[in-house]
Amino acid sequence: MGLFVNVLLNGVTDGTIFAAVALALVLIHRATGVVNFAQGAMGMLTTFVAFSLLTAGVGYWGAFVVALAAGFVLGALVERVLIRPLEGKPPLNPVIVTIGLLVVLEGVAGSIWGNTSRGFPAAFSQSGIRFGHDTVAFSHFDVFILVAVLALMVGLLGLFRWTDLGLRMRAAAFAPVVARLLGVRVGRTFSLGWAMAATVGALAALLAAPLSSFSPYYMDLYLVYGFTAAVLGGLDSPVGALVGGLVTGVSTSFVGGYLGSSLEPLGSLALLLVVLMIRPQGLFATTAARRV
Amino acid sequence: MAGQPLVRHLVLALAAAAGFYLLTSVLSPYDNFQVGEIAAYAVALAGLSVLTGVNGQISLGHGALMAVGAYSFGLLMTHTQLNLMVELLAAVGLTTVLGIAVGIPSARLAGPYLAGVTLMLALGLPLLADQYSSTFGGDQGLTITPPAAPGSLDPERWLAWIQIAAALVTIVLLANLLRSRFGRAFRAVRDDEVAAELAGIHVGRTKVLAFAVSAACAGLAGALLVLSTGIVNTGEFPLSLSIDLLAGMVLGGAGSLMGVWWGAVALVYLPQWSTSVAGSLSLGNGVSAYLATVVFGLILIVVMLVAPSGLQGLLRWTGGRLLSTLRWVPASVTALEVRQPANQEKDQESQEKDQESQESQESQESQESQESQESQDKQDRTERSEA
Amino acid sequence: MRARQGGVRSWGRALAAAATVLAAVVVAVPATSASAAESGVTAHSITIGATVPLTGPAAPGYSEIAPAMNAVFDWVNAHGGVHGRKIHYLYLDDQYNPAKTATLTRQLVLQDSIFADVGSLGTPTQTAVQGYLNAEKIPQLFIESGCNCWSDPKYPYSFGWQPPYTIEGKILGAYVKQHFAGEKVGFLYQDDEFGQDFVKGADMELPASSIVSRQSYDAATLSGPLANQVAALKAAGAKVVMMATIPAATALAMLPAAAIGYQPQYVVSSVGADPPTVGPLLASFTAKGGGSAAEAKATAALLKGLITFAYAPPENQTANPWVQVSRKLLQKYAPSLWSSAGLDGNTEYGVALAYTFVQALQAAGKNLTRAGLLKAIATDGHKFVTPGLVPLSYSSSVHFGYEGGEVVQLSSSAPPAVTPTGSWIGATPLTGVETTSPGAGPIEKYHGGSSKPPSALLRTA
Repeated sequence: MGLFVNVLLNGVTDGTIFAAVALALVLIHRATGVVNFAQGAMGMLTTFVAFSLLTAGVGYWGAFVVALAAGFVLGALVERVLIRPLEGKPPLNPVIVTIGLLVVLEGVAGSIWGNTSRGFPAAFSQSGIRFGHDTVAFSHFDVFILVAVLALMVGLLGLFRWTDLGLRMRAAAFAPVVARLLGVRVGRTFSLGWAMAATVGALAALLAAPLSSFSPYYMDLYLVYGFTAAVLGGLDSPVGALVGGLVTGVSTSFVGGYLGSSLEPLGSLALLLVVLMIRPQGLFATTAARRV
Repeated sequence: MAGQPLVRHLVLALAAAAGFYLLTSVLSPYDNFQVGEIAAYAVALAGLSVLTGVNGQISLGHGALMAVGAYSFGLLMTHTQLNLMVELLAAVGLTTVLGIAVGIPSARLAGPYLAGVTLMLALGLPLLADQYSSTFGGDQGLTITPPAAPGSLDPERWLAWIQIAAALVTIVLLANLLRSRFGRAFRAVRDDEVAAELAGIHVGRTKVLAFAVSAACAGLAGALLVLSTGIVNTGEFPLSLSIDLLAGMVLGGAGSLMGVWWGAVALVYLPQWSTSVAGSLSLGNGVSAYLATVVFGLILIVVMLVAPSGLQGLLRWTGGRLLSTLRWVPASVTALEVRQPANQEKDQESQEKDQESQESQESQESQESQESQESQDKQDRTERSEA
Repeated sequence: MRARQGGVRSWGRALAAAATVLAAVVVAVPATSASAAESGVTAHSITIGATVPLTGPAAPGYSEIAPAMNAVFDWVNAHGGVHGRKIHYLYLDDQYNPAKTATLTRQLVLQDSIFADVGSLGTPTQTAVQGYLNAEKIPQLFIESGCNCWSDPKYPYSFGWQPPYTIEGKILGAYVKQHFAGEKVGFLYQDDEFGQDFVKGADMELPASSIVSRQSYDAATLSGPLANQVAALKAAGAKVVMMATIPAATALAMLPAAAIGYQPQYVVSSVGADPPTVGPLLASFTAKGGGSAAEAKATAALLKGLITFAYAPPENQTANPWVQVSRKLLQKYAPSLWSSAGLDGNTEYGVALAYTFVQALQAAGKNLTRAGLLKAIATDGHKFVTPGLVPLSYSSSVHFGYEGGEVVQLSSSAPPAVTPTGSWIGATPLTGVETTSPGAGPIEKYHGGSSKPPSALLRTA
């Protein structure tokens, strides 16, 4: 029984980080219709910035805030410089640009911070919480991860549903021409969408860093699973991102724990296919996919 | 005449074959090795180009399909004594079967959803070889002895000929396919699924066919690369391979069968070119290795921003401008950007039409020069489902 | 079908297309030198090559080895080279991808005309080119991998160097059998040649009944903590956990274990137990953004008591002349590597391997040929002066290098290893030096001493 609980809890922790990455991907897709393959790498870069600050002696939370701010700026920059010029071009082109950006960012991080092994500190204790005689595989840090991502999701839902800014963002994404006519600054809204998404991505990377071997490539697999989670949940729903993330994390954990770690991606693939067969637009998508 | 496009393709292929023969006769063994690799990648890119550029489906998993072709071929070579052609065809066949198996569920999925599924396929499928390492050779993989070259011919040149021949045959077949009703169905489905269905095209079957065709190409490419390297190993099919294939295809020009050569050249030469560029800045080896990847990524970004239709599109645009400047051909005829007001995706489409049947190419020109042909219009209508 | 007259334009386009294709290839193919008739040796130089992961997920740690080797070669060249020949070392980045290894190795052989492939890294990558190099009669020397496949009569040009993983598994397994008799043992291993060979060796020594759990992980999917594997080991009650893990995986196993209060006796392969390499990875658990000295102190508590295998003097034995010489070489000839890594497991490995090659060149004599080099290794290899704790095992039938070492324990009472990145927990020997073969042979005590660096090296490093 202990093994089952631990596998489940490990899955929840992993899944929450997948959900955070998925949230960032969903934000960008919802705002601009682009899948940002560089999301993980952007977060990796801002986390390395935090790492430099930490080694220079800045306190953890100071570095944390700077990393999030850097993410915000990076997101807006990428949208303005790389994605905006591709408006109206075939949809595959921004995808290739983000892939190019992924490669560039990993190379830049590798050149600057090199290849040596390193760890990244966690915000809170990573010791498991004690329940009676036993310690479970859920630590204060894991609680923080869960709480942070949940809060983020709630915040984003509220933003989109109840604020003026959210309405403008949804309008700009849904019907840019009409939105422009109605006075919405569509370009600026796109940039803001990317900036917010990149901040979410920066948070996801900060949460993942203590749990991995901290190298320029550490976000690669989180991106793949995060993308899976986003697709599972439907690419335009924050709730879907969270559910998709948890489902992906828990199912992958069970496959790895009971069948073997080599089979984790195929298990994830099987789950994805099953869900998409039933609902091709993902679990929580609001727009129905066209069925011919 | 019905046969004219086929004849044209064959003549083109023969001309290219002659060109390659001359080329491989003068190049060194290492360069021939690389030419062979380029041919193999061109096959993979051609299939991907048909799938994405012509049929509009995005796949991030073709590296996995290359792995299937490679391992099938490797297993056949190590365990059987069959003829090389038979083994290649069998590898292609097995990969096509898998392609159909993946294509059927994928036919229901739109862009990013299909991308997600294929991405996970790219990550997960090669790992099966790790899981069942006794069959697939595990860490050491499968080693094969390439077919011996006849006489005193350079082994690299011989293998390059095999790979080039396979590539040219594939491209001719694909070119013919694209000009047939299947090709028209591919494009119709890409442009507007509903309109295609209404016009009597079975969308699901068309998409599966496109996927199967591209899988066959990927399988062949995987098998051809095994010929070059002599080994099949999981490590050769990381996630980045699928990404690189996509990038190479778009670099060359999505939907362009000519452009695949540019893409293949980029895949084979860019890494070493970036390494020498970075190395000439005389930094530490480690840093220059990372800078090489930066250069590669920058090239992807820059080409996409500057020449979104890829290098082949850029080439045609330049060629067109050159021809019109020299007054050989009226400017209107060579204009490649037929802008329809509401949808700028027509750019891509009109460039693809240039590569297709001569008929539709001339129909475009005839429209601009205000001739009209009844049968042309009908074809245009099915292709321009915007109307 | 319509008979559209295309006439000139269509054929013209066809030819233009053919020209495009030709142009693409001609333009891109760089000018190359004449085909490889030279053998990479001149009167004043020798060119050797290698393929190693400099970038990519496999690079952390391993990318330090080649630059460390280069430091040794720079020292050699600064002092006139070997028999008047300077060593030119060309190492290329294969990103641990056997397809790239195949291409780059052919480039090294056919374009760069290397004399030998020295110090290339990886099992899948080097098996990909083993056939090719042997067919071309290019020595594939001192492969950086512990696979049993390097000593194979079918491939006479291939030589291993580090102890095969099976040997480590045997020696550590025998230690566990003797000193933890009756305790439950679990395995955590990388699911490839490295892990499987290590487990095979341990299985040769340990009674099957004592193994209660066998957990594995796949290097390709390694991204987060190996929490499930650790939970399974804990659930099975393993008091001793033998690990065949890369440094990242060692940390990613010890972290969740500590988190759930599971503290088995760790017995870890030398591949994944180097304190300066693993220590910083554990930092996340123990410190919140502290400085490296504070971190080191805290992670020492985690690593304390870890048992591992050493075939060269541990870096904390600063009285050892090889350790001293290696530190001086790196400081002088690879200053940026020294400041980023110092003398850790990887750089020490590189220095030792490079020096072995220098010895081989010296033994091969002034009249240098490939056959002569191989013969020198086979006949004189066991006499080479290297940092290893045992002599190299090379002979005409054995192409393994070191086949033995000693069991050591990381201990906070031992003097620490000091690197530019911090001070790390030191190691103390637990047993004497032992040797064995990768096969079923017995483990024997080794009573000879280890060699000292020659005075020339001590003076001029």
